Amino acid sequence: MIRIQARTEPSTLMKVASPLLAIVLTLIFGSILFTAIGKDPYQALHVLLIAPLADSYNIGEMFVKMGPLLLCAVGLSLCYRANMWNIGAEGQLLAGALGGSAMALYFIDSESVFALPLTLIAGILSGMLWAALPTFLKLRYNSNLILTTIMFNYIALYLLIWAVHGPLRDPDGYGFPESAIFSDATLLPTIFESSRIHLGVLFAVLSGVVGWFILSKTHLGFQIRVFGADEPAARYAGFSGKKLSWFVMLFAGALAGLAGVSETTGPIGQLVPNVSPGYGYSAIIVAYLGRLHPIGAILAAVFMAVLYMGGDLAQIEMGIPVAVVSMFQGVLLFFLLACDFFINNRLISTNQATN
Amino acid sequence: MVQILFAAIKTGTPLLFIALGEVICEKSGILNLGQEGMMLMGAVVGFLVSYSTGNIGLGVISAMAMGVLMSLIFAVLVLHIGANQVATGLALTIFGTGLSAFIGADFVGQIIQGFQPVAIPVLSDIPYIGRILFSHDILVYFSFCMTVALIYIVNKTRIGLTLKAVGENPHAANAIGIKVLRVRYLAVMFGGSMAGISGAYMSLVYTPMWVEGMTAGRGWIALALVVFASWRVGRIMLGAYLFGLASIMHLVLQGFGWSISPNLLAMLPYVATVIVMVIIGADHFKEKLLAPRSLGKPFNPRNMA
Repeated sequence: MIRIQARTEPSTLMKVASPLLAIVLTLIFGSILFTAIGKDPYQALHVLLIAPLADSYNIGEMFVKMGPLLLCAVGLSLCYRANMWNIGAEGQLLAGALGGSAMALYFIDSESVFALPLTLIAGILSGMLWAALPTFLKLRYNSNLILTTIMFNYIALYLLIWAVHGPLRDPDGYGFPESAIFSDATLLPTIFESSRIHLGVLFAVLSGVVGWFILSKTHLGFQIRVFGADEPAARYAGFSGKKLSWFVMLFAGALAGLAGVSETTGPIGQLVPNVSPGYGYSAIIVAYLGRLHPIGAILAAVFMAVLYMGGDLAQIEMGIPVAVVSMFQGVLLFFLLACDFFINNRLISTNQATN
Repeated sequence: MVQILFAAIKTGTPLLFIALGEVICEKSGILNLGQEGMMLMGAVVGFLVSYSTGNIGLGVISAMAMGVLMSLIFAVLVLHIGANQVATGLALTIFGTGLSAFIGADFVGQIIQGFQPVAIPVLSDIPYIGRILFSHDILVYFSFCMTVALIYIVNKTRIGLTLKAVGENPHAANAIGIKVLRVRYLAVMFGGSMAGISGAYMSLVYTPMWVEGMTAGRGWIALALVVFASWRVGRIMLGAYLFGLASIMHLVLQGFGWSISPNLLAMLPYVATVIVMVIIGADHFKEKLLAPRSLGKPFNPRNMA
């Protein structure tokens, strides 16, 4: 017989193995699902996971998708470490896109070298503002952060839709709900000649490194880790919960805002209603899959970007609805949570236990 | 005015259903953030079954069954494996959003004949009130009955007492022989069935069609509603209709001849939710007093020994 026994110490091996195991289980689930709907599971998984890496164009596109996922996930990793349940990366991203686009449209006829930096700063500040509002409401009025950040996601979405129908609509755009196309001075330069990989992708990778540095090498990061592991102990040590909360939320808001403005000034080049296919929500899963570790988030973001890319290809090549991606994300998180059980528990045979 | 209140009830009904389910779930000490996902699954399954069988009653029942099935995923992970309730709930919402869009992809834009209003004889002839309360479809009446039944069950029966005992202090409840996990399973499943019927209301009555993400955050608003109602069943009904009113404010304002962008007015229910969260949260003492004491905390009977 097999039974469950609590481990005396959490398993470090399982902490690393659990996400991999969860990915394998998700793929098995996927194969069964594809077989059930009459698609060849081998071909489907190939399109979802291998095809996105098959040629340099696809790899480039994959990195373009990785950028916003990673930027949001690094911020969320720090938030969740500090027990701040920020679900608002999507809204902060949209706010960044909106604020940045307003600035970019101000510079529409400009060639100024300050146009791009100011546009990016406007996006970052908008994201920070969108994170600051729920943080203030939580710290001052004790309102539930999960619910307020989600509400702010919807508010940002409608604000953006309103803006592209109203003040930011292209006057020469035949009434389409889109802004004018930004001037070259406000577009993020691409890094390589042949692909759409832009400076924002570099920002994203940098954010992972910066996040890792803050978390592992600074006193602030130490405080965040202690706060997440044992809040009473952190308070006893005299760490200010408010200060940490503000820091992680503004950091996450800034990164998500940067993600938003990098999308509009990068691959899109204008403000459109559907800036984000749910990057801010997927980033929650990226953060968990990366073990709330900024470097882990880089690996997880690559995997998630492959899945996004594969979802697009699967729709084109096999007629599989693109929603399969967000379904897989949910399944992946389920399996991850289930596998995490074995970090603190293990299976043993009962014969052994009696010894 | 009568027309506005009638519409407020209609708009508030899905919120009422899902919030009733969630309040029972939370009273047992479990916070299920997967409401939005369960509701979307209810909406898509309710629509698909009604569309293919032509039987909307069967659609509603399937939607409830789907809600229960979804809630069971959550229950197993949270109650048996001891997974974090917040993360599991989020996973359920992401999964439900994706799966509903996946299976409903071929049915977007199809229209069915939803539930028709049934005026209750005699009662619907009462001036004003008859029009507002008693000329709805059958699901609205069901929500009335459900609310009354739950007020009675929670406050006056042994079942209600058991539920509250588990939510307030699972260890004490366990000590006097209550099967804590079983009660929590049932509460979570009840929450699932209500989320399912709430979704079915959206796709069979409110807008009789299926659109991806058609619940538009109602699952989340319901969670705020439960806090707003300070975990009291009766107040949930009031809260649901107030939120219903906030959602149709644009119609009201247009009635006054004000022209505000519909996209700005669409923010109203979400802004209202934030304001409500601020007002309730500010009264920290009261919230602590009224919330189930063990809400969101795991209970592992194995640790009891």
